[in-house]
Amino acid sequence: MKKYLLPSLKLTLVLIIICSVLYPLFIAAVSKLAPGGGKGETLKVNGKVVGYANIGQKFTADKYFWTRPSAVDYNAAGSAGSNMGPTNAEYLKQVQDRIDTFLVHNPSVKKEDIPAELVTASGSGLDPNVSPHGAYVQVARIAKARNISSEKVKALVVQQVQKPLLGLFGPEKVNILKLNIELDQLK
Amino acid sequence: MNTELTGIIVTFIITVLLAFPLGKYIAKVFSGEKTFLDFMKPVEHLIYRICGINPAQEMSWKQFLKAMLTINMLWLVYAFFMFLYQAHLPLNPDGNPNMTADLSFNTAISFVVNCDLQHYSGESGATYLTQLFVITFLQFVSAATGIACLVALFNGLKEKTTNNLGNFWSIFTKTITRILLPLCIVVAILLAFNGSPASYDGKDTIVTMQGDTVQVSRGPAAGMIAIKHLGTNGGGWFGANSAHPLENPNYFTNMLEVIGQVLIPMAMLFALGFYIKRKKFAYVIFGVMTMGILCLLIPTVISEIHGNPEIAKMGIAQATGAMEGKEVRFGPAASGYWSILTTVISTGSVNSMHDSSMPVSGLMQMLGMLVNGFYGGCGVGFLNYFIYIIIAVFISGLMVGRTPEFMGHKVEAREVKIAALVTLLSAFIVKGGAALATYYFVNHGNADWAVKPNAWLNNPGYHGFSEILYEFTSGNANNGSGFEGLGDNNIFWNVSTGFAMIFGRFLPIIGPVAIIGLMANKKYVPESAGTLKVDSLTFGMMTFAVIIIITALSYFPPLVLGPIAEYFSIH
Repeated sequence: MKKYLLPSLKLTLVLIIICSVLYPLFIAAVSKLAPGGGKGETLKVNGKVVGYANIGQKFTADKYFWTRPSAVDYNAAGSAGSNMGPTNAEYLKQVQDRIDTFLVHNPSVKKEDIPAELVTASGSGLDPNVSPHGAYVQVARIAKARNISSEKVKALVVQQVQKPLLGLFGPEKVNILKLNIELDQLK
Repeated sequence: MNTELTGIIVTFIITVLLAFPLGKYIAKVFSGEKTFLDFMKPVEHLIYRICGINPAQEMSWKQFLKAMLTINMLWLVYAFFMFLYQAHLPLNPDGNPNMTADLSFNTAISFVVNCDLQHYSGESGATYLTQLFVITFLQFVSAATGIACLVALFNGLKEKTTNNLGNFWSIFTKTITRILLPLCIVVAILLAFNGSPASYDGKDTIVTMQGDTVQVSRGPAAGMIAIKHLGTNGGGWFGANSAHPLENPNYFTNMLEVIGQVLIPMAMLFALGFYIKRKKFAYVIFGVMTMGILCLLIPTVISEIHGNPEIAKMGIAQATGAMEGKEVRFGPAASGYWSILTTVISTGSVNSMHDSSMPVSGLMQMLGMLVNGFYGGCGVGFLNYFIYIIIAVFISGLMVGRTPEFMGHKVEAREVKIAALVTLLSAFIVKGGAALATYYFVNHGNADWAVKPNAWLNNPGYHGFSEILYEFTSGNANNGSGFEGLGDNNIFWNVSTGFAMIFGRFLPIIGPVAIIGLMANKKYVPESAGTLKVDSLTFGMMTFAVIIIITALSYFPPLVLGPIAEYFSIH
C-alpha cells in the first residue's frame, strides 16, 4: 500500500483546494447577485428587519394568523421535527389538546374543518406556510380581534395565496409572515 | 391534490429525460471520446503531474482496490482529527464545540463511506470549516469513489479477456472534474437564487413581529446542498436537512434536489449500456428497477395522502394529508415521493421526518434500503445489483443444468461464494445490530456509559423497535436517513453504527470488483444457442424474483415486529 500513499496524500490536498476552497468561494461570489445576497432574504417593515422571508415565526396572538406547531419553538438557531410516531399515545394527546385550544380561540369553526397542518408539527420546526384553507379558517377570529370586516381579511388572504409552481406542480400555500405584515397595514 | 400528483409524475419524467443524455455523456467521458468539457483536460493533467500519477498505467482488480482503500483510509484519519479539534480551528463564527471521540469516529466514517448518518445537528455540532473542508470534500470524493469502482466493473464487462480494470486515480479524478463539479455548480447557483444561503456570515439575531428574540443559523450551504444530492450523500447543512426552509426553500428546489439525487445513479445505468455496447441489457435493468420502485412508491404516496387514521378518529378531515413532520410547501405527495427515492437511492436526505411517516411508508422506506439496488447510490447501486445478477445467473444455471455464464465468462464457485457472502453480510449487520440494541435496551436501558436513562427511544412499542431497526438498516445501506426520535449521540450508537457503516460500504464494493476481476481474467466463451440471454426480459424478471426472495427471507421477521405490527394496530 506504500506506493499508493504519496499520490493519495497529494491528490487529497489538491482536491481539498478545489472542492472546499475554490468551489464554495465561487458559489458565494455568484450568490451576491441573488436576492438577499446569499445571506438569506429578509423582510422589512418601516426599514426594520422583522424576519426572514423563508423562515416561519411563532404567531400565537389572536390578532395574527397562526403558524404551525413547532418542535423548536420557531427558534431558527436549530431545526427539528417532533419525531413522534403516528401511534404514540402521548403524541395523540398533544394533537387533541391543540384541537381543543384551536376550538376555544375559533368558536365559529367546526372541528372537521380544522386543517391538519395547524395541529401537527412541521418537519423543520420552521415551516413558514399554511395551506390556503389553514388561513381561511382563521379569518373570523382575526376580524373579531381587530374589529374589521371579515371580507377585508379574507380578500387579503386570497391576494396572498401562492399558486403551485407554474400553476401546475405542488400545493398552494400562504406565507404567514408576509400575510401578517400585510394584515398590520390593513385599515 | 391534483397538482401535487402531477408534480411527482413530472419530476420522475424530467429525471429520466435528463439521465439519458447524461448517461451517454458519462460513457463518452470514460471511453475517452470527445466531449464539450474537454477544456478541463489541462486541469486534469496538472493534477496528475502534481500528484505524480500516470493516468495511463493499467491496474488489476487488486491494485485498483488497494489504491481505492489507501486513499479512503487516509480520509478517515483526516476527518476524525478535524472533527475532534474543530472548535480550535478557524471558520467557526458560531463558536461550536469539538465533537467527542465517539461522535468523531461515527461522523468521520459516515461521510467517508457516503452514508451521512448524522448524530449531530449541523447548526450546533459542526463548524463552517468542518462543513466545507471535511463534509463537503468527502461528499465529492466518496461519490467519486463509488462511481470509479463501478467504472472498473464496466471495464471488466467491456473486454473479452483482460487484467486491466482501468486506472483508479484517473477515473476518480475525471469523475470529479467532468461530472460532479460541473453539475454541482449549476445546481448550487440555482439553489442560491432560490434562497439557500451561500455567504460565510454566522448566525443572525432578529426580533420577530410578536417580539420574540430568535436566532437564524446560516452559512455557505448552497454548494454543500448541491453535492449532497448529486453525490447521493444526503448529509444536511442544517439539522432538519432538506425539510429546512433555507436548505430547500420552495417546490422548485424540491424538484431540483430530488431530481439531482436520482440523476447520476440512473444515468450510470444508461452509461453502462452505451459503454459496453449492450443497450438492451441496460434498458431491461432500468425497467426492473423502476418497477421495484413503483411497488414501494405507490403505497407510500397513497397512505401519506390519506392521513393518519388515529387523527381521523379525532374528527379531523386532514384534507392536506398526514402533516406531522412534513412541510406545507411540499405536501404529502412530494414528501412521500422523496422519502422513497431517498431510501432506494442511498442518499438519505429528507424533506419530511420519516419517524412520523405512516407505518406503510416506514415499511417501504426500510425495504428500499434493504434492497439497496433499485438505482441505488452513486456507483454502488449497480454494484449491489450486480451481486443479485450473479446469484440469478447461478440459480438459472442450476435450473437448466449448465455451468452458469455471464457475458461470455464462466461464473464459478469462487464468484458465487463472494456474492453469497456479501448478501449474507447485510442481513447479519442489520439483524445482529438490531438484536444487540434491543438486548441492551431491555437489559441495560439505564447504563450510563451507553445512553442516559429515557433518552433511548422517542416512541414506545412497535414504533420504538422500528426506530432501532431503521438505524441499522440505514447504516448498513449507507443511506444516512433516520427515524430521528432515536437518542443516537452516545457511545453505543456511535460505535455500533460506525462499524455497520464501514462494513456495509467496503465489503459490497470489494466483492463485486473482485468478482469482475476474476471473471474478466477467464477465457472468453463465445455465445451459443444454449447461452443464458442476460439481456432478456425473462432474465430481468428472474433477477427481480431473486431480489424479492432474498429480501423477504432475510428481513421478514424483524419487519413484522416493527412497521407491520404497527400497521395492524391501527387498521
